[in-house]
Amino acid sequence: MISEITNYLSYDFVRNALIAGSLAGVLGAVVGYFVVIRRVSFAAHALAHIGFTGATGAALFALSPLEGMLFISTLAGVMMGASGNKLHRSDVAIGMTLSVCLGVGMLFLALYKGFSGQASAILFGNIFGVSRRQIVQIVFLSAISLGILAVFSRKLFFASVQPDLAEARGVSLSALSIIFMVILAVSVTLASQVVGILLVFTLIIGPAGIAARFCRSFWLGIVTSIVIGLFAVWTGILLACVTDWPPSFWITAILFVLYLITETVCRFIFRNE
Amino acid sequence: MTPIISIKDVGVRLGGHDILREVSAEIFPGEFIGIFGPNGAGKSTLMRCLLGLIPRCAGQLSVFGEPPGQANRAIGYMPQSRTHLENTALSARSIVAAVESGNHWGMPWSTQASREEVERAIRLAGAEEYAHRPFSVLSGGERQRIMLAQALIGKPRLLMLDEPLISLDPRNQARMIECVAGIKAATGTTILFSAHDINPLIGVMDRVIYVAGGRAAIGAADDIISSAALSKLYGTTIHVVRAEGRIFIVADEGNVTEAEHQHHDHNHD
Repeated sequence: MISEITNYLSYDFVRNALIAGSLAGVLGAVVGYFVVIRRVSFAAHALAHIGFTGATGAALFALSPLEGMLFISTLAGVMMGASGNKLHRSDVAIGMTLSVCLGVGMLFLALYKGFSGQASAILFGNIFGVSRRQIVQIVFLSAISLGILAVFSRKLFFASVQPDLAEARGVSLSALSIIFMVILAVSVTLASQVVGILLVFTLIIGPAGIAARFCRSFWLGIVTSIVIGLFAVWTGILLACVTDWPPSFWITAILFVLYLITETVCRFIFRNE
Repeated sequence: MTPIISIKDVGVRLGGHDILREVSAEIFPGEFIGIFGPNGAGKSTLMRCLLGLIPRCAGQLSVFGEPPGQANRAIGYMPQSRTHLENTALSARSIVAAVESGNHWGMPWSTQASREEVERAIRLAGAEEYAHRPFSVLSGGERQRIMLAQALIGKPRLLMLDEPLISLDPRNQARMIECVAGIKAATGTTILFSAHDINPLIGVMDRVIYVAGGRAAIGAADDIISSAALSKLYGTTIHVVRAEGRIFIVADEGNVTEAEHQHHDHNHD
């Protein structure tokens, strides 16, 4: 078993997958924790799908899918962020924008024939296809996102937990909301490189949702979320090597099982407390 | 004595409606002021205006001798909006800790001093027993105490409590009032306390602000809660009935503690 794993690790594409997966996992876990306490998971989900339009449209403008996605989802993130702390209530507006973006994405696909193989990679992720250049991009973007988040995290946590009081104490809710949604857009784009747009939700919501369900302090929640994210990504990738089933399947399946266990145990614990 | 809040002919317009007109009041250090009036009359608006969160369209306003919003560090605000953390196990203590230096840059590390401040606020709010539990599993009364503890962070000299009794049963209402009165006795904090019903607060308040029909009157409870004064404020005949040691405020058409028009008091979730 061990020798089998070290054998897989000798392959470049497996190592690249682990590096890219770890970065996306850590970023998703940290950003996801704020997504969970801010209750903007639908917005996170929508950002990923809106990114699909950017990815398919990018080919028309001679950009890489990653660049196209980043552009579109950041733009959408700014617009969502501008609707401020009421974001978790704008689900119809988000849903409408999301559907029209998917429609336009389909149009781009139709206009640019022969792109459907790549589209499937964008939708479902192709972590074994991550190149050296993409890894550099991912390192760069994760570092920037986490750095910005570190600077704002104290204010963001306050504003997420008690927005009206935060506003009274001089925290700008709308500026924070926009900054956070842009960071979220970048994270969603990166996570989609790993598990694909359809499953990006898992890396953002999964580890953080599970950790937030039972961790009673902010830092415990963040650290647990990272641990769960890394565990899911590494185990998923190695199981994919062994079984030859897609890593996206394994990562989502692992997180789903963890979620079910947590949910069951937590219901029991909190009821009896 | 110089007032810590001075309101002079203040008007507030929101969305094309005059919410408040020509409101004047002076509030002095150490006072416990009850703010009453029907739903949507502008109780929350008045508080948010004092915090500088809503602009005024007329009049002069000063809080601690400064324009509204400048001295908010000295104000503990308990908003009417409720915290929603249903799917998280974040403890009540960490929710209070989020407020401590929450307006600073950087990451939410805690220091010895900040932990002590959090414990002090939790103790003052009488919430030690359940501060370790997840906020999401607390009862309504317990949650309100935690929000009170949040407001107490930073040793405020003025507490603005927006409907802290809402959705509490009479026993918990009495406990909440007792707790706030205790905070006032222990710290000398000035208190603005808005509520629907005047009765639970009789005996702890020094003076009353009654908001109705876009106007507000301030004075001793007996002077303001009178048929003559309230009729003038509402612009219609109001009867103040005292029975069984309780006060009932009724209009010819029915009970006025329920709103005749609704705007803006409940726009936060």
